[in-house]
Amino acid sequence: MYLETIGKFALMLKEVFKRPQKPKIFWENYFKEVDDLGIKSIGLVSFISFFIGGVVTIQTARNLNNPLIDKMYIGYATIKSIVLEFSPTFISIILAGIVGSYIASTIGTMRITEQIDALDVMGVNSLNYLVLPKVVAAVTFYPFLITISMFLGVFGGWVVGDLTGMVLSHDYLKGIRYTFDSFDIWYALIKTVVFAFFIATIPSYYGYYVKGGSLEVGRAATQAVIWTSVNIIIFNYILTQLLLS
Amino acid sequence: MIEVKNLYKSFNGKPVLKGISAVFETGKTNMIIGRSGSGKTVFLKTMLGLIKPDKGIISFDGRIWDQLSLDEQRQIRKEVGVVFQGNALFDSMTIEENIKFPMRMFTNLSPAEKKARVNEVLAQVNLEGVNDKYPAEISGGMQKRVALARAIVLYPKYLFCDEPNSGLDPKTAIIIDNLIHDLTIRYNTTTVINTHDMNSIMEIGEKIILLKDGHKQWEGDKSQIFFTDNPDLNDFVFSSSLFRKVKELVQKEGKF
Repeated sequence: MYLETIGKFALMLKEVFKRPQKPKIFWENYFKEVDDLGIKSIGLVSFISFFIGGVVTIQTARNLNNPLIDKMYIGYATIKSIVLEFSPTFISIILAGIVGSYIASTIGTMRITEQIDALDVMGVNSLNYLVLPKVVAAVTFYPFLITISMFLGVFGGWVVGDLTGMVLSHDYLKGIRYTFDSFDIWYALIKTVVFAFFIATIPSYYGYYVKGGSLEVGRAATQAVIWTSVNIIIFNYILTQLLLS
Repeated sequence: MIEVKNLYKSFNGKPVLKGISAVFETGKTNMIIGRSGSGKTVFLKTMLGLIKPDKGIISFDGRIWDQLSLDEQRQIRKEVGVVFQGNALFDSMTIEENIKFPMRMFTNLSPAEKKARVNEVLAQVNLEGVNDKYPAEISGGMQKRVALARAIVLYPKYLFCDEPNSGLDPKTAIIIDNLIHDLTIRYNTTTVINTHDMNSIMEIGEKIILLKDGHKQWEGDKSQIFFTDNPDLNDFVFSSSLFRKVKELVQKEGKF
């Protein structure tokens, strides 16, 4: 059964990655998807990132209360946690919930109301028309979104550390620059691109092949979020093993 | 002309279409009638290429569907207009955007030409001044007209309508029927209508095919309906006392 699903998913991708029938319409849809899937998520991602950055700083400060340990390590631990794991992986899981359910339910509703049939009988490649702009929008825009998340997470840690007095600005800033490795950023962005691909394609698959009515569309949205999250977690491990070990 | 030969389709081992053959003529309103579950929708969707048949041939003016490449099939689809049972209008687009959509995908008309064509087809379906509304903001009858307008906007050679009257009051249903008939003549389309509405059959049924349990049971036109002794047709068509009365009167007069 899983093999059948993977095969069907691969066949779907074959149709998705065809040359758009009308490039002008593709780019119009692309910018619409950038807005729907990316720009509309900036507020929530920023809010979460800022406060999680603050929480990471507080927790790290509480665990590094030994006077022999330099306080700059609080900043060092915060930036490592945010850049390597929180922003690329956990923000992607949050996006899988928000954007994944949106994609699966909109495409699923189009399926059960025969709008996809209408596209097909007009001679439109419905998979290419509906899914490709979403994939390209997610893969190109999410790296920006995750970069914003990284910045705000680290910034949140700085603000909270300073306001609570747990770590001085000077120590925090010294910590975030300590042994800074630009490959950490590349590692995070490579993961983001892979996760963005899952966030756009897996929910599209569940929405596109839904059968039944509104109840089934709801179930498809739930399944989409579950399987996108599972794939993100598994590939997080695989990519980490490949890139960092 | 659309020609179907020996069409079979089953789902999970349960046969739905059992060797149907039929010819749908150009410039006529061809109707597929039958009870719910008789295989009408599967037959229509198979002709549209949305369901792959197990066996059989479907040809559009001599072009056999199965022998065409994907691009050639897409070319035929550009010649097809469809009115779905639930209208299938794109709910995130306005009425004007819905009707423009096929033109945007398949033509290089200028914005002014597209706009003019939208207004032309809206006028043909007697619906004006709704360009900027969304499908959810207009009535079911108006949505049906918009679906018709979208179906004819590229001058289709083949027009398919699946239960075009479902959910409409009798007066609006007759208006929609007559619109389909007028458009069939105006554009000289091969029109195939799926229905179980007796008023539609009597109003515009130029060629009628009765399906029962996946078989073609009868073929003829609306005037022949009153004089046939096919038990399946009589059972379906004259199930109401009104139509039994009409049949008696027509048979007494000897013509429809």
